Amino acid sequence: MTGDGLPRWVDLALIPLVNLLVALLLAGVVVLLVGENPWEALKALVWGAFGSWDQIGYTLFYTTSLVFTGLAVAVAFHCGLFNIGGEGQALIGGLGVALVCLTLGDLPWPLLLPLAILGAMLFGGFWAFVPGYLQAERGSHTVITTIMFNFLAAILLNYLLVEVLIEPGQQVPQTARFPDAGHLPYAHEVLRALGVRTGPSPLNVTFLVALLAAGLVWLFLWRSRWGYELRSTGANEQAARYGGISPGRSIMLAMALSGALAGLLAINEVMGSQHRLMLGFSAGFGFTGIAVALMGRNHPVGVILAALLFGALYQGGSELAFEIPTFTSDMVVVIQGLVILFCGALENIFRRPIVAFFRQRTRETPQEAAA
Amino acid sequence: MGETFLLILLLIDATVRVATPLLLAAFAGMVAERSGVVDIGLEGKMLAGAFAAAAVAAVANSAWLGLGAAIVVSMSFALLHAYACVTHNGNQVVSGMAINILVAGLGPTLAVAWFGLNGITPALEGAGRFIGLNLPMSEWLAPIPLIGPVYAEVVSGHNILVYLTIAILPLVALLIYRTRFGLRLRAVGENPHAVDTAGISVAALRYRAMLLCGFLCGIAGAYLSTAHAAGFVRDMTAGKGYLALAAMIFGKWKPVPTVAACLLFAFADALQIRLQGVVLPGIGEIPVQVIQALPYALTVILLAGFVGRAVAPKASGIPYVKDK
Repeated sequence: MTGDGLPRWVDLALIPLVNLLVALLLAGVVVLLVGENPWEALKALVWGAFGSWDQIGYTLFYTTSLVFTGLAVAVAFHCGLFNIGGEGQALIGGLGVALVCLTLGDLPWPLLLPLAILGAMLFGGFWAFVPGYLQAERGSHTVITTIMFNFLAAILLNYLLVEVLIEPGQQVPQTARFPDAGHLPYAHEVLRALGVRTGPSPLNVTFLVALLAAGLVWLFLWRSRWGYELRSTGANEQAARYGGISPGRSIMLAMALSGALAGLLAINEVMGSQHRLMLGFSAGFGFTGIAVALMGRNHPVGVILAALLFGALYQGGSELAFEIPTFTSDMVVVIQGLVILFCGALENIFRRPIVAFFRQRTRETPQEAAA
Repeated sequence: MGETFLLILLLIDATVRVATPLLLAAFAGMVAERSGVVDIGLEGKMLAGAFAAAAVAAVANSAWLGLGAAIVVSMSFALLHAYACVTHNGNQVVSGMAINILVAGLGPTLAVAWFGLNGITPALEGAGRFIGLNLPMSEWLAPIPLIGPVYAEVVSGHNILVYLTIAILPLVALLIYRTRFGLRLRAVGENPHAVDTAGISVAALRYRAMLLCGFLCGIAGAYLSTAHAAGFVRDMTAGKGYLALAAMIFGKWKPVPTVAACLLFAFADALQIRLQGVVLPGIGEIPVQVIQALPYALTVILLAGFVGRAVAPKASGIPYVKDK
């Protein structure tokens, strides 16, 4: 039950769905503006995302990345913070993954994966902890500092890849390929071993790591003392302080955890798919995480569902760009913006009429019963 | 007249050129926040203005029509922000971010659809661009030492939007501090309940502030695509909106310190371009990336060290709900 007396399913499902529908309708208007048929575009998009096993594999691969960045934004939101720095934290997380894989890459993957996860979380977490520390101790707002840290991360990675980590004798700013032993198994490899033949896709075991991460985030936020302190700080900082909670500590913890989750994106992209560190591998997923978290109501289950939606949009969108020449993947960015607008900023726009509708209904029901 | 002197003049000249959009955006953010609306969407509004200006200027071959389009489009996005944040009490940071992301995708999408170009608009030339103006007397003053070169390099030679900006900024400052509207604007950012009690509409004031904010961002956008560059390029604002916001915070939401902060950031940027490939005595060649990081690192250091707990307008960022 929410404050305005709505049934739970209306608050958690109906309102987000209505908002999403309006966002997609407007996206359809943009498609019309571009001079294409929205219905045909939608069909091609859904087909591109779910039409075959390897397309589903791609969709779930993108979903994996988005679960991490969505969770990252959600954790910060619960503490009343807006982490726009997922992009930079993912890049620095990639640095941690690459350092682990380049030095210990000969280990078999089940041993290497926990170490790489540790590297990603430590590096990504550090890149978010600094803005968190600056917010808690110096009062500099995370919204600005995390954006600056995005730029700084991109520049730092550029420097390291051009001057230090570049594969010797090569021109392209990227590291050498990680040793084969440490490559994470692809889903199609596992399925083939089980006798199911599917086309290749970059989907790998990181998908399971993402689901595990979502479960752990839920446990942390709602079943641990630190999670409680974090949410109390987000709900009402003064009340939290009055209750003996240190808001500064919660802020630093929330940011570090948020960055650590964003850093895990690199496990999927760098260790799971590209097998080397290259420039700009985060590809805007850090920003999409904002849309995913808002759409998913900052709840791990919601984040997984929203990540699936956006994963499908990414995969379907790139197939669409293939089919229709006037389309680029920028269209997906437009849809993202619309979703953030309607599911985030304008979420109250349909809430009032829906609340009014349900109030009226609950008022009528007792009368009907009496009659 | 040594070479160093000319170098310094060129550096100042570049600073002015880089500072112009920053100043406009920072003042736009200042007007919005003084009214109690946090606007992280400066970046998006500038980018939208840049696209509109370049697209219209390319089709109509008129930079002025482009400027008009930029202002209209930017003001529309400002109204959208106001609709979400003032009318519907939406989260202001989320709304601003939504506009930033929406515009980042919309510009290149429309560029492909309308011009068949990947993420850019056609290159502008002739009347489609604002070009540098040679102010009168620059030849007459040229022989005079000091004044001549300063006039020729720093004062003269900018495009009309630079001079327009220099004229607009004091007007905005006067509007905030010396008019009835400005008094109410500042009041509504500090204590909207008091303003409401006095019988003045909080929402109307904030809407007007956002319109002014959009107006200024529109000019900044047009400057980027039709004066500074010759057309729209994907993500051409490159974080200027965020830097402007940081400059405004560093300037403590006041006009003169904000101007100083913008000039400082612009100087760091101008220096950055100058320093590339230069070998400094004793240090050697500085890596390009270190220099590129200068404005961003400077922002973080300034926000962390010097501003400390900056005092924002009290009601900034909080939606106004009547009689709770």
